[in-house]
Amino acid sequence: MKPIIEVQNLNKVYKKSENEIKVLNNINITVGEGEFLALMGPSGSGKTTLLNLIAGIDKPTSGNIEVKGVDITTFGESALAKWRSSNIGFVFQFYNLIPVLTAFENVELPLLLTKLNRAQRVKHVESALKVVGLGDRMSHYPKQLSGGQEQRVAIARAVVTDPLIIVADEPTGDLDRNSATEILTLLERLNKEFKKTIIMVTHDPHAAERASRVLHLEKGDLVDNL
Amino acid sequence: MKFFKIILKNAFRHKLRTLLTMTGIAIAIIAFGLLRTVLTSWDAQVEVSSLNRLITRQAVSFIFPLPYAYKNKIEAVEGVGTVTFSAWFQGVYKDKDHFFPRLAIDPETYFDVYPEFQLTPEEFETFKKERNSCVIGRDIANQYNIKLGDIMSIEGDIYPGQWDFVVRGIYQPRDKSTDGTGMVFHWNYINERVKEQYPDRAGYVGWYTVALKDPDRAAEVSEKIDNLFKNSPAETKTETERAFSQNFMAAFSAILTAMDVMSFVIVGIIMLVVANTMIMSARERTKEYSVLKTIGFSAKQLSLLIIGESVLISFLGCVIGVLMLFPVVGGFEQSIPKNVFPVFYLATRTVVISVIAVMLVGVAASIFPLMKALKTSIVDGFRYSG
Ligand SMILES: Nc1ncnc2c1ncn2[C@@H]1O[C@H](COP(=O)(O)OP(=O)(O)OP(=O)(O)O)[C@@H](O)[C@H]1O
Ligand SMILES: [Mg+2]
Repeated sequence: MKPIIEVQNLNKVYKKSENEIKVLNNINITVGEGEFLALMGPSGSGKTTLLNLIAGIDKPTSGNIEVKGVDITTFGESALAKWRSSNIGFVFQFYNLIPVLTAFENVELPLLLTKLNRAQRVKHVESALKVVGLGDRMSHYPKQLSGGQEQRVAIARAVVTDPLIIVADEPTGDLDRNSATEILTLLERLNKEFKKTIIMVTHDPHAAERASRVLHLEKGDLVDNL
Repeated sequence: MKFFKIILKNAFRHKLRTLLTMTGIAIAIIAFGLLRTVLTSWDAQVEVSSLNRLITRQAVSFIFPLPYAYKNKIEAVEGVGTVTFSAWFQGVYKDKDHFFPRLAIDPETYFDVYPEFQLTPEEFETFKKERNSCVIGRDIANQYNIKLGDIMSIEGDIYPGQWDFVVRGIYQPRDKSTDGTGMVFHWNYINERVKEQYPDRAGYVGWYTVALKDPDRAAEVSEKIDNLFKNSPAETKTETERAFSQNFMAAFSAILTAMDVMSFVIVGIIMLVVANTMIMSARERTKEYSVLKTIGFSAKQLSLLIIGESVLISFLGCVIGVLMLFPVVGGFEQSIPKNVFPVFYLATRTVVISVIAVMLVGVAASIFPLMKALKTSIVDGFRYSG
């Protein structure tokens, strides 16, 4: 498998007044193109931090992250924002939809940053919502949807720009068993059918089963590489 | 413009809060506009007063009269055009509360010197011929429903007795700023009765109005006129009509300054109202801003959303305020005595200043929440709980 993400000697230290908290210690990971990677570990072990660094929404204390051969740790803030908008799709535990926007408008958000015209945007949003099975809920507001449906809208928002990589931080953490299964099936399909590389943080062993590889973090250290 | 829908939806996320904010802005705009209107009305009074007319009055005080005999002497001064005179008659028409200026004037010259009071040639001719006739302004005619040929009875006070005048002319104010509330009649007619009853008061006028041939020579001509009467029992003080108005207004300058300051204090209040709303909104949306940044919104695009929302709320409040300002100013115009502000209307400039001020305030009010939103890192934004 061709590597798409290469993390080298990655360190993250938070300074709180005098105390230094080492959150990630010398992490090295290679993620292949089309992989579905699960990150597991106890609370506070640094999973979210690692995910955020790979997705380019946080800066490491030291180390490199190469994505498609480009070291994103050298990017400035606005270059990074631009890079994220075309390379990464985000799925959060609490969906993070904008409450005053409809499902359609929420999914359209990332497209507003592109050069697509209105008609093209409509086409993309509609097909993204159809992929997640919500073609009939486009004009619904988040509070008119169930948690599982909200998460599916969030997934549609993550894939609408057709990014290579999807990062998901406990995407099923706030859902019941059935909804969680639906979401995992959807992610699996995005991985298999649409060839998305997925990195997913989870506490749930069932969720991790769907992944092609599972990594365990323990107090900022990668403990195995199964 | 792709973002406009989002801005609009954000602005009305808390409908009640936004409506209250907009109402606050609207009320402040009404107060601001009203104050500015009062100020511009004062200014208008000074501005409409002419630079090509001189006022010659008694040097000690405006209330002391000048001899009628000065007319010929002033006319003889080089650079002087037509000379006319007026005397303050006052009196009471119908009731004391409804005051408008009433002057005894020289019918031959008055309308030459004051072309802003427009009479038809027929009206002018009959007025000149009939000794007990009068001319009134359009606004007075409308207010009391007076027609040509009607009799107006004035109860004299400075000139005691009952005085009946036949209305022979209703003048039209030439400009928006021209006073339409005047009443004028023959000085000769008054003077004759005074001669019989109070012989020692006869032969005096209130002040002279001198049309200049060349406005640039105002200072020189004024000096020549005043020199004519140096060391006489009635020395004169001559100045341009505008200088005269300015001196008259100067007495009120402290109040005007206070109003000026107040109008800008109001702008400050609008700013606090909007800033408060924006700060509350931005704080609630800390997480959302992180989401938008994560998706790839740049600092510029985020600024557009935040500033846009602040400006939109301010603008809508301003529009409501300005729309209400027109009837409010209109109502004020009705309720204040005409002679206090001969012209009282909402100047375009006032509206423009209001809109610009509110727009700037809208931008300024969003700066603090914007800086905060930009400074907060994505990760901190997600961890924010509040
Ligand atoms: N901005 C920050 N400032 C200070 N400390 C932080 C910050 N972000 C994370 N940490 C600390 O870093 C450590 C790892 O946090 P992280 O959120 O990555 O854990 P996690 O594995 O995702 O935990 P969970 O399973 O509970 O989500 C924690 O001890 C946390 O308190
Ligand atoms: Mg986490």
